[in-house]
Amino acid sequence: MSARPNLPDGLVIVVKEECETCRMVAPLLPSIAEHGPLTVFTQDDPEFPKELEAVHDADLAVSWHHDVETVPTLVRVVDGVEAERTVGWSQSEWRRITGIGDLGADLPPMRPGCGSLSVDPDRIDELRVRFEGGRLRSRRIELAALEDDIEAMFARGWTDGLPVVPPTEQRVLAMLDGTTRAADDVVASVPPDLVDVTVEKVAIAAVMAGCRPEYLPWVLTTIEAVCTDEFNMHGVLATTMPVGPVIVCSGPGTVAIGMNSGVNALGQGNRANLTIGRAVQLVVRNVGGGRPGGVDRATHGNPGKLSFCFAEQPHSPFGTLAESRGAPAGANAITVFAGEGPRCIVDQLSREPESLARSLAACLRTLHHPKLVLAFDVILVMGPEHARVFADAGWDRQRVLAELDACLQLPGAELVRGAGGIAEGLPEQFADATLPKFRPGGVLLATAGGAAGLFSAMIGGWANGTVGSQPVTREVGT
Amino acid sequence: MTSRYVLDPTGERSVAERELLARPETIAGLRVGLLDISKPRGDVFLDRLETMLQEAGAIVQRYRKPTFTKPAPVDLRHEIATQCDVVIEALAD
Repeated sequence: MSARPNLPDGLVIVVKEECETCRMVAPLLPSIAEHGPLTVFTQDDPEFPKELEAVHDADLAVSWHHDVETVPTLVRVVDGVEAERTVGWSQSEWRRITGIGDLGADLPPMRPGCGSLSVDPDRIDELRVRFEGGRLRSRRIELAALEDDIEAMFARGWTDGLPVVPPTEQRVLAMLDGTTRAADDVVASVPPDLVDVTVEKVAIAAVMAGCRPEYLPWVLTTIEAVCTDEFNMHGVLATTMPVGPVIVCSGPGTVAIGMNSGVNALGQGNRANLTIGRAVQLVVRNVGGGRPGGVDRATHGNPGKLSFCFAEQPHSPFGTLAESRGAPAGANAITVFAGEGPRCIVDQLSREPESLARSLAACLRTLHHPKLVLAFDVILVMGPEHARVFADAGWDRQRVLAELDACLQLPGAELVRGAGGIAEGLPEQFADATLPKFRPGGVLLATAGGAAGLFSAMIGGWANGTVGSQPVTREVGT
Repeated sequence: MTSRYVLDPTGERSVAERELLARPETIAGLRVGLLDISKPRGDVFLDRLETMLQEAGAIVQRYRKPTFTKPAPVDLRHEIATQCDVVIEALAD
């Protein structure tokens, strides 16, 4: 890492010979120098411009540290502090900043500049390591000469069973550009080992999972959410039940980062959906120390424990799940839920909302066991064609949930131990009671899926309430 | 071939090796804590253990975690550590 070079007082101009606009303004430089102190930095050819002597920004430190993205860049520096700047050639701007009223009279009024060498795609990763690598705190691990990079990740126990992207300094620094947070900022204390995880370590996991930098804020917020006492990641990991963090993403940002809320929303094929959830699980594995057979004691597990993350449809007739759970309208937010794999609910004949509600309720009743009630929450992922049946009848979210609840009031006689010839069930004392399948708020309604198909999906939860896991909704940071 | 480096994705936490306490010669007169983690029927198992331990001359103290899904609260762990010589934790279903 190099120190940030200061800019000298007066006018500073950054140019490169390769740039036509720079060559066009070069003849103006002597007259600007006559007017007051001027320092010219040249990025490529040390002899350029021939009109006056320039400082060669050979390692591009000046350009990098002063965020020069375009050449020419003209900056006015007062007492060591940048006062104003313009990029490219704008006759009026250059005249205003230099104070020379007739500057460049024979030039066109405006001409865009060229890309600075310091942001050249072929150089930027190397420059980032050179100038910012020192802010990384993680141990650097050398790979052996004959070691295959991908095999090396497996050999060190860092993967979830699939290949990961090796977290080089270049990749991690590029990932960190996706957030405004400092690399050494502590995000959360990760179960089961309760290790403080920094933004940098989350970025490493995001690289390994295959994220793009713009996904990083979603990963960071999800890590914060699963590491709360309410969500209880320790228990979600340790349980013998097949659950893991299910991440429901809401808001316009899901579209901006290219998430899938449509065809095959819960399936394969979308980078953001797959890698955000995967990065979260890699943090739990590598930072928190939660591994299958270790603290993770799942009897079966489920494939979603690799990654289970999807977006809600932005224009659902029911609004978003996050909004219904208190996120500001239109906000980017995530909801984490300790859930198993999804199961399909088929109803291709109901065109009346009452019929469809009964149909959904009949399937929801079977969650985990038809005789067990109140202990588990569920995410009901309603397909757009099912949602339309309710929306066309004027049913909103509250109405749908209320009607489902009404259909799910179950007679205790069917639920108690021994009923139906099945030992599993509730204690005998509930035989005369009527009990709801779900606790209040226990059905989390989200809308996702392709436009064709009269289907919905249900995602069963783990032990709910304060003894288990509570869903957590959080607004996504930057 | 130039050196290739990656950044360590782990918590970089070195686990301190802790030595096991010496095994007690006898449990007669020892204060034995029985920690019920609140799993169903764990109490059945611990009730039986309590009887057997008392027959062997141990002084038995019972403790209970609020829920099996979360680690024991720090106060409870401290209470057991200060009040007992040994502790038995039961998992049951």
